[in-house]
Amino acid sequence: MATEANTAAKSVRNPKLDRKGSGFLKELARNKVLYLMFVPIALYFIVFNYIPMAGIVVAFKSFNYQQGMFGSPWIGLDNFEYFFSSGKAWLVTKNTFLYNSVFLAAYLFFSIIIAVLIAEMSGKIFKKTSQTLLFLPYFLSWVAVAAIVYNLFNYEYGLLNSILTGIGMDPIDIYSSTSYWYFILPFFYVWKWVGFGSVLYLSAIMGFDTSAYEAAKIDGANVFQRVRYLTIPLLKPTTIVLLLLGIGRIMRGEFDMFYQLIGNNGILMDATDIIDTLVFRSLIVSQDFGMASAGGLYQSVLCFVIIMIANGLVKRYDRDQALF
Amino acid sequence: MTIRTSDEKVMNVISYIIVGLFALIAVVPFFIVLINSFASEHSIIYNGYSFWPKEFSLDAYHMVFQSPEKMFRAYGVTIFVTGFGTAVSLFLSMMAAYVMYRKDVRYRNALSFFLYFTTLFNGGLVPYYLLIVQNLHLKNTIFVLLLAGMFNVFNILILRNFLNGSLPDALVESAKIDGAGDFRIFWQIVIPLSKPAMAAIGMFTALGYWNDWWTPMMFIEKESLYPLQYTLYQILSSANFSSQMVNSIPRLDMPKESLKLALTMVATGPIVLLYPFVQKYFVQGITVGAVKG
Repeated sequence: MATEANTAAKSVRNPKLDRKGSGFLKELARNKVLYLMFVPIALYFIVFNYIPMAGIVVAFKSFNYQQGMFGSPWIGLDNFEYFFSSGKAWLVTKNTFLYNSVFLAAYLFFSIIIAVLIAEMSGKIFKKTSQTLLFLPYFLSWVAVAAIVYNLFNYEYGLLNSILTGIGMDPIDIYSSTSYWYFILPFFYVWKWVGFGSVLYLSAIMGFDTSAYEAAKIDGANVFQRVRYLTIPLLKPTTIVLLLLGIGRIMRGEFDMFYQLIGNNGILMDATDIIDTLVFRSLIVSQDFGMASAGGLYQSVLCFVIIMIANGLVKRYDRDQALF
Repeated sequence: MTIRTSDEKVMNVISYIIVGLFALIAVVPFFIVLINSFASEHSIIYNGYSFWPKEFSLDAYHMVFQSPEKMFRAYGVTIFVTGFGTAVSLFLSMMAAYVMYRKDVRYRNALSFFLYFTTLFNGGLVPYYLLIVQNLHLKNTIFVLLLAGMFNVFNILILRNFLNGSLPDALVESAKIDGAGDFRIFWQIVIPLSKPAMAAIGMFTALGYWNDWWTPMMFIEKESLYPLQYTLYQILSSANFSSQMVNSIPRLDMPKESLKLALTMVATGPIVLLYPFVQKYFVQGITVGAVKG
């Protein structure tokens, strides 16, 4: 006892001398400036992330404004029954999952292709210029992208229809036909992100050991074989990390994109409604807290379970490539 | 350079064609908006949008700058939120990264897990919305625009990875022996040595603020607080946007379609002009971030 008090006193007097002291409070005292420096960030994440996590109780309540998030009366699973029996749950789950799967696959595929091709280019200026041009959409807001899409596809004045009528064909009403959007949405997703993704892959390629390439070349492998048997396999770790991050978000829809490109278009609703747009509409447009909170919690839990399973599988297969 | 073999030449041609095609697809839609914003209303109504309009006119831009208060105000809000928000975000993120980088902080892994966990699970939209509106009373304040997107866990972890990878512990140790306090080490040694990573992460944060339309859509009803992108969204999505824009009675000869395009250009032009110059910071940021940790 006495010695412990002694070391404690010593560590207060001169924290630098004492490295073996244990105990939570002692550690805080020893590095109090450092822990204080973490406080702003900690407070922010407690307020804006952890308190809302506790707020998921609202999904089991009949919310009213007077009693608020934590005071409203409990109603058990009624909100979930309502959400799952509305017929919407399966539709938005399916849409979110399918769109995101296509987005992810297309994004990775085109990012790899462009990065590999840029890496094999000889002209420095063309290399730089094309990278800059590819990066342009990344800097545009989805509001601006929506304006661009509208200008291409609107029925009366859109570029597509002026070309079609110009060559004597009938105009197409894209905004009232669902089938086109299965292609347009992935297209603009890749359009906006491929500049970013290709830079990511390119930075991985730049880090590769050139001696392996030299050796392959001496052994007579042509450039296509070098890409096929060196570059592509070496990109596997990067791809697994990106795939994992993508799978972790596979139930989290691209709200920005869907809301800006489709908006509240009733005709396209069934084909393009995702969990995020449903939750948003229920909360803001129809003030339906039951539907919105049940849908939101359903999404969060689904995301959490999927990322845990995916990470666990990767961990079992190759520990180094797991996210955590 | 080494002598190119025939297979390398073929690869080169393929690369030029495919990458060139993709680069073209990336800019052409934007180019169409730009070029048609200079088209006369008449030629849009009769011929639709085109790659090269038959009649050029500056009517739409005249109209935008006839009473530019709304756009200028929106620019003001956006510039303030972007500048101030990015500065605060960068400083505090860097500080947190520094704490998690210091090896003598015993709970540094617990701290990073505390941050990382928020990316695995979250409460969803409803509790977040109610918290901001009902508990924090941030609706219709500038604070919600600043706070809603202020910190990003991945950015903080990227900054920490950068410190781990480029600042040897001995640097901190020797400063401590010289008697520098923890904050002083941060301010006088760590910050000056982290400029490249801070520039990169700062750019990502700034772009997030600049392009944010979601926060104002959720939490701002006061028109004087509308930032740029939300103003653009409001104007594009409302039926009588032109009279809104110029605060006047709609006239028949108003350049309606080209005005939309001109407004899109006025709202996005600066960033398109600027990005080739700051692009290298984004590339840097992606490269730093690619190192998993």
